[in-house]
Amino acid sequence: MTDQPTDGGDGGTAPGAAILEARNLHFRYPGAGVPIFDGLSLAIGAGDFLGLIGPNGSGKTSLLRLLSGTLRPSAGEVRLEGRSVHSFRPRERAQRLAVVPQESRILFNFSVMEMVLMGRAPHLGLLGLEGSHDRAIARHALEEMDLGDREETPLRELSSGERQRALVARALAQEPAILLLDEATAFLDLKHRLQIGEILSRLNREQGLTIMAISHDLNMAARYSSRLALLKQGRIVADGTPAEVLTPDQVRAVYETEVRVEIDPSSGAPYVIPRSPVGA
Amino acid sequence: MPALNPRRLLLSLTLLAVAVLIVMAICSSIGSSGYTLLDLFGPIDAGDGRGREIAASTIFRVRLPRVLLAAIAGAALGAAGTAFQAVLRNPLADPYILGISGGAALGAIAVTAAGLTATLPILPVRTVAAFAGAVATVAIIMLLSSVRGRIASYPMLLIGVVMNAIYLGLILFIETAIDFIRLQGVILWMVGHVPTEGYHLILLLAVILAVGVLALTALARDLNLISAGEEVARTLGVTVERVRILAILIASLVTASVVSVTGLIGFVGLIVPHAARLLFGPDHRLLVPASALTGAIFLMVADTAARVIIAPTELPVGVLTVLTGGPLFLWLYRRNRGETYFD
Repeated sequence: MTDQPTDGGDGGTAPGAAILEARNLHFRYPGAGVPIFDGLSLAIGAGDFLGLIGPNGSGKTSLLRLLSGTLRPSAGEVRLEGRSVHSFRPRERAQRLAVVPQESRILFNFSVMEMVLMGRAPHLGLLGLEGSHDRAIARHALEEMDLGDREETPLRELSSGERQRALVARALAQEPAILLLDEATAFLDLKHRLQIGEILSRLNREQGLTIMAISHDLNMAARYSSRLALLKQGRIVADGTPAEVLTPDQVRAVYETEVRVEIDPSSGAPYVIPRSPVGA
Repeated sequence: MPALNPRRLLLSLTLLAVAVLIVMAICSSIGSSGYTLLDLFGPIDAGDGRGREIAASTIFRVRLPRVLLAAIAGAALGAAGTAFQAVLRNPLADPYILGISGGAALGAIAVTAAGLTATLPILPVRTVAAFAGAVATVAIIMLLSSVRGRIASYPMLLIGVVMNAIYLGLILFIETAIDFIRLQGVILWMVGHVPTEGYHLILLLAVILAVGVLALTALARDLNLISAGEEVARTLGVTVERVRILAILIASLVTASVVSVTGLIGFVGLIVPHAARLLFGPDHRLLVPASALTGAIFLMVADTAARVIIAPTELPVGVLTVLTGGPLFLWLYRRNRGETYFD
């Protein structure tokens, strides 16, 4: 009965305690020769803003899927609020944990508002329609994402950046305790990249929203995350503050790139200046 | 279109229900004998052999059962088409194109040919066999079109075409082997037509339809989330596999129940959901019941047109639905190519 809570598991998680935790995860995609994870552990504390970085194919998205409970590990377990993530009913899990996917193709001509209101689904009864409370939450999320005037626009008419912001708005409308983002800012221009970073940072500070964000943009990750985890071939090779993780040696070892690391005097965050691929 | 609220939901469905009744009355008033519903309130005997009784007998024994059956068949195919499009994540899915109706037809013909409907006349054997044929077809389609655990939309359509050809061959084989004179009846069935049936059968079909549409409507919010992406639906708390299997079973059942009576009326499950989506938006909580009601109206009108368009000869209604739905399919396919269907 590994799905039973062993240490309380009453849902309340003290700040700093692990709210989402991967314990000794093993995972291999069906038919794949090499396992992606061979005993990976990672604890995300309540109120953390964790940046998950690593090169292509290092297992970032798979880890996110395992953490969100949409993939099952072959061994080991993921614990959410002290209980196995699979012991939650799917709706209960979705009330606590939201995911912003890399990109998602939506069928049919749903409007922006209709799509953002889907984030309310875990909070509604079986046949319930969204009420004024749900609408207010969705509208607020849209305004935060600078899409307040696009409520009735069909999703297909949005630019890729706007669509990405609408996906973030849907996750915010879900009112989760934990938000997992899979390169959510990859398609965004500079302004909206910073805007989403600032909003997430504020929700993290003011409302204690726990965040894990996958990013290829090391500088964005360093600027907004309080902690970085560096993944290489399914193993976490560095885990700590941005300054501890983003050292020239570690970046070279993982990304096979020579870099210079400086400190941004205004934010105190390190920033990485790429120089050349290793061996070039 | 603003997001769905209780007022829009109720208003749309009430308007549609009223429209269904009006169309039903009009279609029951059209026919070669010239009687209309108004004659039911006229003189008992008009003196020229016409009168209330003959009008009543014409309308209630000949026209109304056929209009009702058309309404039920249209509603079933419309609602099933909407459900298939959502769970298979393919806007071109339709029980006819995918071969699901063909599988149902084969099941129904096989038990009829085997004489089971004669030996077990009380049980709806044909409906059960049609249901088995429909579900088996969906299973084959999903098995063959899944690539690395995901269902690919484009191969699904090709598989449907081939399944249809195989079913046609099997049906013709069975019929020819048994009694080749009955082939003409089979052709009528392969094209799809609305026969005049007794009220007890109509009632049975209506009950299956009502239960099916209610059950699909109960899954409607999950159908919305699956439309937004399987992975997304999972993170929003939907057990995708369970919803998919339930929706497929229910949609197959309502499809099979009408196909076992009307034969293969093509493309209704494609035309109706697209029309309903244009009128009422993509939210399945409204779209599923609205597709049923829109389908009822569509097939009542189409079947009445088929009765009168080259009167006194009657066209099978399937001729009209295929001639409207076929070009619509080609247009939709062309318009959306490369966007959604090649994932």
